Amino acid sequence: MGLAALPIVNDPGLDIPIQELTPERIAEVFNRVVDQETAARFKVYLNTCVHCGLCSDACHWFLSNDRDPRFSPVGKVKQTLWELIKKRGRVQPAFIKECSRIAHTECNVCRRCSMYCPFGIDIAYLLLTVRRICSELGVVPQFLQDTVNSHAVTLNQMWVKQDEWIDTLQWQEEDARAEVKTGRIPLDKEGADVFYSVIAPEPKILAQLIGNIAQIMAVAKVDWTMPSFDGWDNSNMAMYSGDFEIMGRVERAHHDAALRLKSRRIVMGECGHAFRGAVYDGPKWLGWREPPIPLIHAVEFYHELIFSGRLKISHKFETPVTVQEPCNIIRGRGLGPKLREIIQATCADFREPEPAFEHNYCCGAGGGTINCGPPWKTSRVKGNSVKAEQLAATGAHVIITPCHNCHSGIEDIVGAYKLGMHVKFFSEILMEVMEIPEELKA
Amino acid sequence: MTEILKNLSNSWDWETPTKNITDINQWISRFLEVQELVASPDGERIAAIVQDDDESFTVCENGETWSSTFEKAWSLRFGPDGKLYVLGMNDDEWSVNEEDKPWDESFEYVWNLGFSSNGNAAGVNVRNSEGYAVSLNGSTWDEKFFQIRSLQISNDGQHSAGNIQTEPLSEGDIFTFKKGLWSLAVDGRPWEQRFLNVWGCSFSDDGSRVAAEVRLKTGRQTIAVDGVRWDQEFKAVWQPIFIPGTHEVIAPGLTTSGWKLHVNGTPLWNRSFNQVWRQKFAPDGKRLAAVVSPEFGRWTIAVDGNQWKTTFSDVVLDPIFSEDSKHVCAAVKDKSSWTIAVDGAPWNQAFDMVWDPVFSPDGVSVMATAAMGINHFLALDGKIVLGPFEAMWEPIFNENGDKVLIKCVENGQFLRRVVPVKDLSRK
Repeated sequence: MGLAALPIVNDPGLDIPIQELTPERIAEVFNRVVDQETAARFKVYLNTCVHCGLCSDACHWFLSNDRDPRFSPVGKVKQTLWELIKKRGRVQPAFIKECSRIAHTECNVCRRCSMYCPFGIDIAYLLLTVRRICSELGVVPQFLQDTVNSHAVTLNQMWVKQDEWIDTLQWQEEDARAEVKTGRIPLDKEGADVFYSVIAPEPKILAQLIGNIAQIMAVAKVDWTMPSFDGWDNSNMAMYSGDFEIMGRVERAHHDAALRLKSRRIVMGECGHAFRGAVYDGPKWLGWREPPIPLIHAVEFYHELIFSGRLKISHKFETPVTVQEPCNIIRGRGLGPKLREIIQATCADFREPEPAFEHNYCCGAGGGTINCGPPWKTSRVKGNSVKAEQLAATGAHVIITPCHNCHSGIEDIVGAYKLGMHVKFFSEILMEVMEIPEELKA
Repeated sequence: MTEILKNLSNSWDWETPTKNITDINQWISRFLEVQELVASPDGERIAAIVQDDDESFTVCENGETWSSTFEKAWSLRFGPDGKLYVLGMNDDEWSVNEEDKPWDESFEYVWNLGFSSNGNAAGVNVRNSEGYAVSLNGSTWDEKFFQIRSLQISNDGQHSAGNIQTEPLSEGDIFTFKKGLWSLAVDGRPWEQRFLNVWGCSFSDDGSRVAAEVRLKTGRQTIAVDGVRWDQEFKAVWQPIFIPGTHEVIAPGLTTSGWKLHVNGTPLWNRSFNQVWRQKFAPDGKRLAAVVSPEFGRWTIAVDGNQWKTTFSDVVLDPIFSEDSKHVCAAVKDKSSWTIAVDGAPWNQAFDMVWDPVFSPDGVSVMATAAMGINHFLALDGKIVLGPFEAMWEPIFNENGDKVLIKCVENGQFLRRVVPVKDLSRK
């Protein structure tokens, strides 16, 4: 029996650009990318893979789609890169749409499969190479491309204008001062200990998170700053679309902003992919082995504030909680233990998910997939029923997600599978349990 | 040292060893809130935005408050000419306030306060009901745009430029975006040419030309001068500069063999790097230095294409030339520690942070503000010679190079100190 037909999704970002492609043009771009932009590891990965399929059980797409081999990691490489290599890139334009569908919308580049591969092949890198080829051909899902366009214009991912950014910070500072007398968002302060960066959804639609951090910083007496100028957004969807030149520009702006303000370190808000972009992919494209200024994720920062005693916990959050572990800071950075320690320090009833830590499933939204937008939401949510089952099995009522993409993706899953759970950033928990000294209360 | 600073500094008090300008501790006890301190170039004034009561903010300068009060205030800065500016808001109207006097025109929003290098002009990006523009010394461009995202002012303060959005764009409309909606407006007049993006720009010395980074399509970028793009295309470019006294343009461009500096589109140095940026000309307009990465994860300075032998692991900041154009120094970070390197030789002393180094007028000595922990110090030729201070601003040599002006906060007092270099060298 043949495999079931996949639903056809119309996406102008794919359907219209392929009309201008030819096999010759595709071959030219493919060969340029493979010959000039990939190196030894690309060949090693391709030549090492023995097509064993052990990566399949690592992938939530495969597990959630009735073990359909088309959704296995190796299956995705087979349907895209192997075919391109076999034909030296001389493929029909419609094939490139398929490549983008698979690489951009059905793989979260979460790298869980690398742990299941007997050789540790970074299969996600191979699919990122497919994305790069698609991006160079101008074939990128519309909503993801729009996000990249925003990065290119504004250096943030949500078209936030410069005046809107500063105005929002000033408004959030006012809100913070209504709770904590010393609440401030010091703009452009030179020499601060902490340069705090966020991702653009915060000023755009979740501004209260910035007000929250202003309160947290005030209570913990942190010497901090945020820039009034571009470089405040640490996110980077160009990294995931395959537009590495824009990725590099965005990352340079972020690190240069901290260098300009002579900050000792960058602390980034709760986002996983942004951590990957700012610590790994971005600096390396620019030539830095490590970020020029030390950069830590919010989980590490909250851990420092809580366990150094700078923040005191007045009471514990009583509702049962579980956790969604962002791939880029858990599998990618090993922050699983610290994440648990801050949850256990603030929550009375933590329900461990299974699997956990670096073996935890991806949220299904990361890797730029949620940025592919509404046309792809149905397949994205369907492609992560295992996450819904995993969360439901914990019996928790609240899911802590220290990542924006996880947060949105898990909300979609909670809604679609009617889990009746709530999704919170860790900072929202912290705001509920943090002790605000009497003398600081407004 | 900028030309204006050099000229102004000749008239400053270089004789009084120490002036206690004001007691910052007294400010802290007097006001509800004292924000970040800013010091004037001559060290005679210190100011901060302060909250005088629960409702309003003002500026406190040497212990005296301005008559102006604001519901909101930010971006308190001294211009190169020593005038003090702050952006303030009352009744939802923002104004630029220069020495306690607002410009005549107010706006829905103002930001990106900047100055011409000669100190003759102050400018801001502005938004009003008609759109976005630039206001230079209180005079606002006639033409307004859908968005503006930068402000560049010519050296003489006569011209201003900013990258502007020429047409509206609905979010998600990737096809209209692809047509190119961005351009550069100079003195309010946009270039005829449109690009996918226009980023950093620079004026020529005489202010008559402007060069900018532009993007043509995905992965194709180049430089445009007065709207006319170079024939050569690159995978990526960084901000261009003009060769002093000319209309020739230098910019880094990413080629298939790596990053190279280009002059008017043609490779300048006969080699490529893993990265090239932050290029700067010497005062003589002849020597050119840039930050380069000769190999992955290593950074240094190249002067006229010849890189320093010493490389650094973390980062190298802008190259700074001596006044005689013979020497180059830069703030560098290696293995997590900051220091200063002069002509390729790093100081032995490491710091938690360093500010831009300053050459003595004869190019023999280099000094910088440095920080270790929460304390600030003056470092001279590799040694800590003064400090610790709670805060410190850029030190300045006098014309002869035999004295240094230090602006610092020590035990809560803002001090203006003039120290003979020979006294520092003995330490």
